[in-house]
Amino acid sequence: MEFPAGLVYTDHDEWLRIEGDVAVLGISAFAQDALGEIVHVELPEVGATFSAGDAICEVESVKAVAEVYTPVDVEVVEVNEELDGSEELVNEDPYGKGWLLKVRITDDSGLSGLLDADAYAAKVAEA
Amino acid sequence: MASRTPLFERHVAAGARMVEFAGFEMPIQYAGIKEEHLAVRSAAGLFDVSHMGELRVSGPDALKALQWLVSNDVAALEVGEAGYGCLCNHEGGVVDDVFTYRLAEDDFMVCVNAANRVKDAAWFAANLPEGDITYRDEGDAWAQLAVQGPKAEAILEGLTSIVLANVERRHFALGTVAGVDGCIVARTGYTGEDGFEIFAPAAGAVALWDAILVAGEAHGIVPVGLGARDTLRLEAGNCLYGHELTDETTPLQARLGWVCALDKPGGFLGSSAIEARKPTNTHRLASLVVHGKRIPRDGMPILADGEVVGHVTSGTRAPSLERGIALAYLLKGHGRPGTRLVIDCRGRPAEAEVISGPFLRQLA
Repeated sequence: MEFPAGLVYTDHDEWLRIEGDVAVLGISAFAQDALGEIVHVELPEVGATFSAGDAICEVESVKAVAEVYTPVDVEVVEVNEELDGSEELVNEDPYGKGWLLKVRITDDSGLSGLLDADAYAAKVAEA
Repeated sequence: MASRTPLFERHVAAGARMVEFAGFEMPIQYAGIKEEHLAVRSAAGLFDVSHMGELRVSGPDALKALQWLVSNDVAALEVGEAGYGCLCNHEGGVVDDVFTYRLAEDDFMVCVNAANRVKDAAWFAANLPEGDITYRDEGDAWAQLAVQGPKAEAILEGLTSIVLANVERRHFALGTVAGVDGCIVARTGYTGEDGFEIFAPAAGAVALWDAILVAGEAHGIVPVGLGARDTLRLEAGNCLYGHELTDETTPLQARLGWVCALDKPGGFLGSSAIEARKPTNTHRLASLVVHGKRIPRDGMPILADGEVVGHVTSGTRAPSLERGIALAYLLKGHGRPGTRLVIDCRGRPAEAEVISGPFLRQLA
């Protein structure tokens, strides 16, 4: 299972690719595998704001629902419209075409608690 | 510690994701729920359902006993026929839904849900009437494999001397399958497809499993886990105990009046309560299809004009229909086909419509 370097990961199996005050957010290869085939993604409205720890969107497989949490305060600037009707992209390319949303970080104090790829891989291996 | 079926090693070797269900370690999926589901609709699937229970009732008074214990008319079953029915409590609630197989004039096997094996065995022991009856819990003696899908007969016909084309729906034959003697091969199932359920002596389970997969390979058979078993049964509109059927709801509320022979002589355990509750039943089971992409899930409230009029008992994204479907108990007056309702999906609305009959036949 692949956990690319250059991303940061949360305890809830989200990943973030941070570029300045903007971040792209998705779910890890481990999370998509645990869920199975994704059939629905409930994305927020562009412009919506969330506090650290909030559920920012939902990812559903045939049998399961997973909430996706933001680890920092954010404003949604873009959602992945390509997923509508092609939800399987989350399974096939979780770090690429299966990204969920792009956010502007409004308070980055939560970032220090995130895991790098090696630390996340070690956490997954324990699970 | 959870029990294991005789096929546990096969599931692990096949890379199945195992979960605990009803006290058994069972495969929830192998290749994936959607893929397994679609294989059953287009070709065939092989299921290990050995966790189900088997209760054997035999003897000169066995028929009399089962007429009292089971809601359907067991006397109307011929030898070699199986009938669906309910076990009910004295309040008319459903203890379990069961299939009764008439093996001989005075010999019956009752197949019960895995989750209810202990409850049912105790219920049988407590409620069997007086008489010349032999009652045994044979749950550990039998393995049960289901072969379901349009290719099921073609796959099995080369493995048995039973002429499967002569086995009608809800009938069965006894014989040898893949060298395993003493099998009961029934044309029954839970998926909405043609197919067979094979009761085999537990020691023969692995040989049977392997032989069916080999024989079915050219026909596209795949092993199927409990995940797809649930989506298949829901598309077919079949009830699942603990969801649509509970100790509190009557079979009539669950649209199972067709398996309740309320007029059989002497009635059956719970029949008078079922009759008595008819005027006061507030909710009845209904089938809902979602417009849009949201997915109904168990327990979600259902609203009409902002008022809660029911709850989802089973919901999923239906792999064959590619939309959200649900079974739900709805307040009387809201269950008419065509009625528009709103399902509360964790705070977001899903527009839904009541339809009649099984999803698969109505929407496919």
